[in-house]
Amino acid sequence: MSLLHNPSKDPLRKDEFSVFTSDERYVNRRQFTKFLTLASLGMFVGNLWIVLKSYLSKKPTYPIAEVPSLEEVPVRAVKLFSYPTPKDNCIMVRTAEYEYVTYSQKCTHLSCAVYYSAKNDRHECPCRQGFFSIKDGSVLQGPPPRPLPQIVLEREGGRLIATGVKVRGNG
Amino acid sequence: MANLEPTKQRTGLVAIDGAMALIVILLIVQIWLLSATLEAFLAGHAGPVIPAAIFSGLLFFACVTLNAFVARIDRSSKER
Repeated sequence: MSLLHNPSKDPLRKDEFSVFTSDERYVNRRQFTKFLTLASLGMFVGNLWIVLKSYLSKKPTYPIAEVPSLEEVPVRAVKLFSYPTPKDNCIMVRTAEYEYVTYSQKCTHLSCAVYYSAKNDRHECPCRQGFFSIKDGSVLQGPPPRPLPQIVLEREGGRLIATGVKVRGNG
Repeated sequence: MANLEPTKQRTGLVAIDGAMALIVILLIVQIWLLSATLEAFLAGHAGPVIPAAIFSGLLFFACVTLNAFVARIDRSSKER
């Protein structure tokens, strides 16, 4: 297979370090082309790695946790709590008497903490003026590439239970 | 191994330069493809992952073919 091996009869040192100056240009170009082809192989391996990762990664499991001190939150007010881990801050807004929406507080652009603007009825990121809808967390304006992850809430009697996180793309 | 005539040598170099430019373009497309696939994957969309890998494989195959073309021109330049 002449494509894969060097059929030159000259030894490698003679092939790579020619005594003719004019041949040097060929050697430089050939080596650079090899380098580019190896870089192309790297990109292909990267894509294969993503395929493997998407098949081997398990679906994340989330704990079931009660949203604390629910009765203290008046309508159109905010409560902050942590879910699913103590490091993941969430922002819950009581939009009506019996309606709550909760999102991750991390902006999907550079992870700044978003806050609720009651005046504009939306979540706002102070870093790059990224605005998110309060209804579904979708991006209204600014550089964030994706909607805010939504915390799934279920009602159990008078309590609100967080049962998972819904991550959405930009579609 | 003889020095080539300037015109023949120039023709070979132009062909190699053209192949190199094509490889660079293919590589840029591959880099874009990888970053777009990673972005989609991290956003929770696994749909484009397999088509992107297949297309990236085809681009890699094209790069290998062009690399072989460059090697062939290089060889023929020495045989002349």
